[in-house]
Amino acid sequence: MADFHNSTLTELAAGLRARKFSSVEVTRALLERVTRHQSALNAFISVTADEALAAAHAADQTLAGGGGGALTGVPIAHKDLFCTQGVRTTCGSRMLDNFVSPYDATVVKKLRGAGAVTLGKTNMDEFAMGSSNETSYYGPVRNPWNRELVPGGSSGGSAAAVAARLVPGATATDTGGSIRQPAALCGITGMKPTYGRVSRYGMVAFASSLDQGGVLTRSAADAALMLREMAGFDANDSTSVDTPVPDYVATLEQPLTGLRIGLLREFFDKGLDADNERRIREALRVYETLGARLIDVSLPHLPMSVPVYYVVAPAECSSNLARFDGVRFGHRCENPRDLNDMYRRSRGEGFGAEVKRRVMTGTYVLSAGYYDAYYLKAQRVRALINEDFVRAFESVDVLIGPTTPTPAFALGAKTADPITMYLNDIYTIGANLAGLPAISVPCGFVQDLPVGLQIVGPHFAEARVLNAAHAFQKVTDWHTRAPAGYA
Amino acid sequence: MYDFALVFSLHHAHFSRSMALTREQIASIAALARLELTAAEVPVYQDTLSRILDFVGALEACDTKDVAPLAHPLTGLSQRLRPDVVTEQDHREQYQPNAPQVAAGLYLVPKVIE
Repeated sequence: MADFHNSTLTELAAGLRARKFSSVEVTRALLERVTRHQSALNAFISVTADEALAAAHAADQTLAGGGGGALTGVPIAHKDLFCTQGVRTTCGSRMLDNFVSPYDATVVKKLRGAGAVTLGKTNMDEFAMGSSNETSYYGPVRNPWNRELVPGGSSGGSAAAVAARLVPGATATDTGGSIRQPAALCGITGMKPTYGRVSRYGMVAFASSLDQGGVLTRSAADAALMLREMAGFDANDSTSVDTPVPDYVATLEQPLTGLRIGLLREFFDKGLDADNERRIREALRVYETLGARLIDVSLPHLPMSVPVYYVVAPAECSSNLARFDGVRFGHRCENPRDLNDMYRRSRGEGFGAEVKRRVMTGTYVLSAGYYDAYYLKAQRVRALINEDFVRAFESVDVLIGPTTPTPAFALGAKTADPITMYLNDIYTIGANLAGLPAISVPCGFVQDLPVGLQIVGPHFAEARVLNAAHAFQKVTDWHTRAPAGYA
Repeated sequence: MYDFALVFSLHHAHFSRSMALTREQIASIAALARLELTAAEVPVYQDTLSRILDFVGALEACDTKDVAPLAHPLTGLSQRLRPDVVTEQDHREQYQPNAPQVAAGLYLVPKVIE
């Protein structure tokens, strides 16, 4: 049997199209891997083997008839906050433990339309609130590079599944770094597109002005292919942007000669681990050999991005999660005394500790008397951060820096203090506040753990960001390394 | 029925000072958010919410005079409109299987009016 798990998404798509192997073969092989590694990694919440094999069989028939889309027959997985009709969507929460969506998210529909076969739904921090995948009702996900460590979060299941080569690509979402941070900690590629580029319809909402769907893959080329298929205008999402999706794959090979790379002074602060910084500096030298120019820039308000985020995101979350009332869907407590008792106990039992913390933080900052001081203040500082980015992109094409301050940390190491956990996203939150496209790619190792390099572009410059990431991956092999035992 | 005053009572002219929330304030916030907390949870949130408020209090140091609040990142976009025509159909039968308690096509909740 061919070792399909070592093939990239692009290779599998091409091999299936050329009919070198069948989707049923690939799907069976990867489903076997998913099952075999589930107890050690806990990357999946639901595995949909029967549905996957049926879809694979249908894909083979389509391919035999000379038809098919860009991803026909390629197995993928969805983060468990993308609604899937007929398959439960839990969001990593007891609240939605038995929720079965009556419709598909647009992302799910588009990827199926492109021919992808879904193997299952991946584990995640509850309602995407977390940076370590430890807040999931279904238990923590473990990092394939070292199972005593976290995979990052909130898209930890998707990241671990791709890093362990259970699937060549998975969907994910990024509200404050939930695609890029786990990509960095798991040694894979993770792309968050521009706010509005990928439809949020059917993506369970956390913080609506920040949430954006994206991809976790093993290379920038795979990210380009998968993103091209899932991006685009959607009338069902009021913040979806009606501009055509460029062919991200077609522009991957453009030379980087003359590319102006901005080095954010604020990214190379004292919080950045010295060994991590060394890997980032080495990567920047690679970019210089590729013809790029390094330019120092400063975003003076960027250090405020974490405090801004921890006002804006909880505020939006407390509003979004008000819908979970035990009436139309989700958990309901036993024997409620009255309506209010039902609301309070259903929500108290259905939500985990971190979700409750954020709902309460949001409730507080939005309450009368505090709204101006916290919420409006945060939105004003958000405007300043946004202006900083706009100004920076007048003199540079992309910004490059670290994705995270440190490599993966131990399970349980940061659960006691929420602020310590929140500071994990110190380098990623800026792109969410300003709605910018950003990618994390592997750029080396510190003590056998992967380190991520972050590339941020201006609005709708996904092609440029992917191009820059791909050029780096053509001359380095960090992204091809597999964790021991998973090659 | 809730003591809103408790939530709003905290004088917040000096953000740089430590924001120590009281048990009563946590109870009021939880009531506003419709969250039942266990006795063991209250001190945990008292501690962590206080620390979060201290942490985000750093924003106060930022000069935002004459800066308009930014609600979402795509500043150039205005809300899309569509023709005022019916596009949705009744999906009640599809939706109701997810509900904890239904009868005769209705969603059941504890009695509201005595």
